Amino acid sequence: MPDALHGPLTPYRIVDLGSAWAGPMAAQLLADMGAQVIKVESRQRLDGLRLGRPMVGEDAAGGDRGLWPELQPLFHSINRNKLGVTLNLRTGEGIDLARRLIARSDVVMNNFSPGVLSRLGLDYPELKRLRPDIILVSMPSVGDSGPLRDILAYAPIIQALSGLMSVVGYDESEPLVGELQSPWSDAVASIYAGLAAMAALRHRNRTGRGQMVEVAQLEATASMLGEAFLSNQMNGKEPAPEGNHDAEFAPHNNYPCAGDDKWVAIAVKTEEEWLGFCLALENPAWTQDQRFADRAARLANTDDLDRYVSRWTRGLPAQEITQKLQDNGVAAMPVMNIEDQFLDPHLQQRDAYAQVEHPHIGAEWVYGMPWLLSGTPGSVRTPAPVLGEHNEYVFHQLLGVPLDELERLQEQQVIY
Amino acid sequence: MQPEVLSGSLDGVRVVEWGSFISAPFCGKVLAELGADVIKIEPPVYGDESRRHGPFPQHVPDGERSGLFLFTNLNKRGITLDPGSATGRELLESLLDTADVFLENQPAALTQSHCLDYESLRSLFPRLIVTSITPYGRSGPYRDYKGYDLTANAIGGMSFGAGHPHREPLTTPLYQASYLAGVGAAFASVAALLGRDIKGPGGQGQLVDVSEGQVMSVLLSGYHLPTYIYRGVAGWRSGNRMRLGLFPNCVLPCKNGYVCIDAPQLEQYQRFLALMGDQEWVNEPRYRDRRAMSEDYPEEAEALITPWFMEHTKEEILAICLENRIPCAPVRTFGEVLEDVHLNSREFFKDVEHPQAGNLRYPGAAYRFSESPCRYVRSAPALGQHNQEILCGELGLDPSRLPAMARAGVI
Repeated sequence: MPDALHGPLTPYRIVDLGSAWAGPMAAQLLADMGAQVIKVESRQRLDGLRLGRPMVGEDAAGGDRGLWPELQPLFHSINRNKLGVTLNLRTGEGIDLARRLIARSDVVMNNFSPGVLSRLGLDYPELKRLRPDIILVSMPSVGDSGPLRDILAYAPIIQALSGLMSVVGYDESEPLVGELQSPWSDAVASIYAGLAAMAALRHRNRTGRGQMVEVAQLEATASMLGEAFLSNQMNGKEPAPEGNHDAEFAPHNNYPCAGDDKWVAIAVKTEEEWLGFCLALENPAWTQDQRFADRAARLANTDDLDRYVSRWTRGLPAQEITQKLQDNGVAAMPVMNIEDQFLDPHLQQRDAYAQVEHPHIGAEWVYGMPWLLSGTPGSVRTPAPVLGEHNEYVFHQLLGVPLDELERLQEQQVIY
Repeated sequence: MQPEVLSGSLDGVRVVEWGSFISAPFCGKVLAELGADVIKIEPPVYGDESRRHGPFPQHVPDGERSGLFLFTNLNKRGITLDPGSATGRELLESLLDTADVFLENQPAALTQSHCLDYESLRSLFPRLIVTSITPYGRSGPYRDYKGYDLTANAIGGMSFGAGHPHREPLTTPLYQASYLAGVGAAFASVAALLGRDIKGPGGQGQLVDVSEGQVMSVLLSGYHLPTYIYRGVAGWRSGNRMRLGLFPNCVLPCKNGYVCIDAPQLEQYQRFLALMGDQEWVNEPRYRDRRAMSEDYPEEAEALITPWFMEHTKEEILAICLENRIPCAPVRTFGEVLEDVHLNSREFFKDVEHPQAGNLRYPGAAYRFSESPCRYVRSAPALGQHNQEILCGELGLDPSRLPAMARAGVI
């Protein structure tokens, strides 16, 4: 039964075979909502996010073979609330244990490249034999079929192939910016994959039937770009970078404020908002200028308008501008960096950040809840597992492997 | 029930959407694609904001042919209703009595004045899930602040990172904060539905409170939290290159456009160097430190590899990099994506015929279900298209009352 703190998904067990970003994040979203998620990983091939010199901790002894894999804060955000087992899937006995675990689970999630699951003997027909109503959610980069199926693609490459990257920039006449500094496609695909798992669970609950769901990260990204695809077809217009301009808003930009690299976003759409904007500035003479007389005029003269607005914003702190404008019914918000966000009272109050107690780090901040459910909110309950932390619970208590057998499997680097 | 619908994952779920522009409508679209019966409520005469947004065929404004509306409202039925009128309210209540989810993205003051906020609805409809999508969320100090996609990107942290270091930050194009929140709200709504239905008839509804800015703050900017906490770096913009990581990870010009290369693994980079043939700089110590090349002198490093890209077209580069297993791909325009052989071999785009806008190709769903496929059975509704079907056919309103109600502005 679901309970408030643990969220609505407590009856479900999910096997997370993912690594890096998209797959583990999808499983984490379900874990936050209460599902029991068991992350399957191995020392034989560590999750990429466990590798490399960590940002925290002094212990350099052993590098990736020492404590480093336990000191990666990013890994801890994406894998909190999960149980962790180590299983060497290059061994027959390792695969056999994975199969036994899957037979006792509701959903299997992965972001392997095409073909990997079948090489492991864990493709959908095989899983279905283990458990007829199993749900398999796969997240290949561009899909399990098609001429690009084997392309090596991280988030920026997926964004390039989707069309999104072609409109990230200041203006058509300038070199393209293209990059967003966060892995957009991974986050998008992970939310969709979590949604797909739950939709399939609902279908199973009603019909008794499991299924396989493919979430291609490229298609997930492109699924949110309909406006641009239709623009191309309806009027032959190829969308191009437009900076912060918008055909229905003026002013509409990020304006410089007091301080180093401080900016405020201001968006004015309606006449009422424009009047509020003028009032917040105490109606300076330039706002009466013919160039800004109505929305059409303001849209035709955005560069001039932006210059005037910048002159006002430049001397003031972003928070103060935001307050003045919001008091007059105008949309404004500081352009926040991660420090601004972390210290922001609004985001704090809405549980955007959470603290867990990590065995090797101590009190540790991780990102928090992306959405708030009033009845069954779920929670950030436990830190990311250390390698093999729940081997005994999962293999012995859940699957019934005797303890001496467990010891042998560990010695032989099957549970590894 | 609609006979043409096979078995969607959300078959039997009814969603009443009081949404405008993108976030709630796109959430409704995602739920409809999964099989939910989504009934969209639009203000009489005026309709959804997105009907005036475009793109329009040949740039001619027409409320029934706005691309944004047609896309975000696929597979829904639509009625017009003024929930502020007594009759409108009565009809809406009978509709909500049959609904599982009430989905809205209206300002708090409007939901309260119409008694359509969660607190007012929960006593009337204890099993109803109320999904609310707003720029900042229904709680916290900014709950009554005004916001649009631009300001959601600002609090969401995506803007700060996009663009050049000494210029203004760039918001994410094409209202992506609103779409992201729409998908997030679909996730959270289905979680709430599963939780409710596990409990059987005693299962309760709840408020699903989704903030556009917060989804972004948590799931995207959250990526930078360790960099801030452990290195004290609060943020940066680095133009056409990812600052964190190893060279090459950037967007570069080529013969006929741009390409994106992101090759963190040493073998990937070496395979790329092999393509370029003998290059003297390769052995200079300055160009062997790939982290410094990415973080300290990226322009200089990029100048070394740009000539190779400038000699090749996007499609040549794609073919060469695919064959040599180098993570590099063309920056496609939307026109090119529509023609993309890969996506078309997978039948990603869906052709949907609309009575007034004609046949158009829409991007399909993000996923493929082997047992409960997504559906593309219905183009976006004309304004008030299903008034009679739903108000009279399902809620039992006498059809003779429709004309008077239309005159009174109720429908």
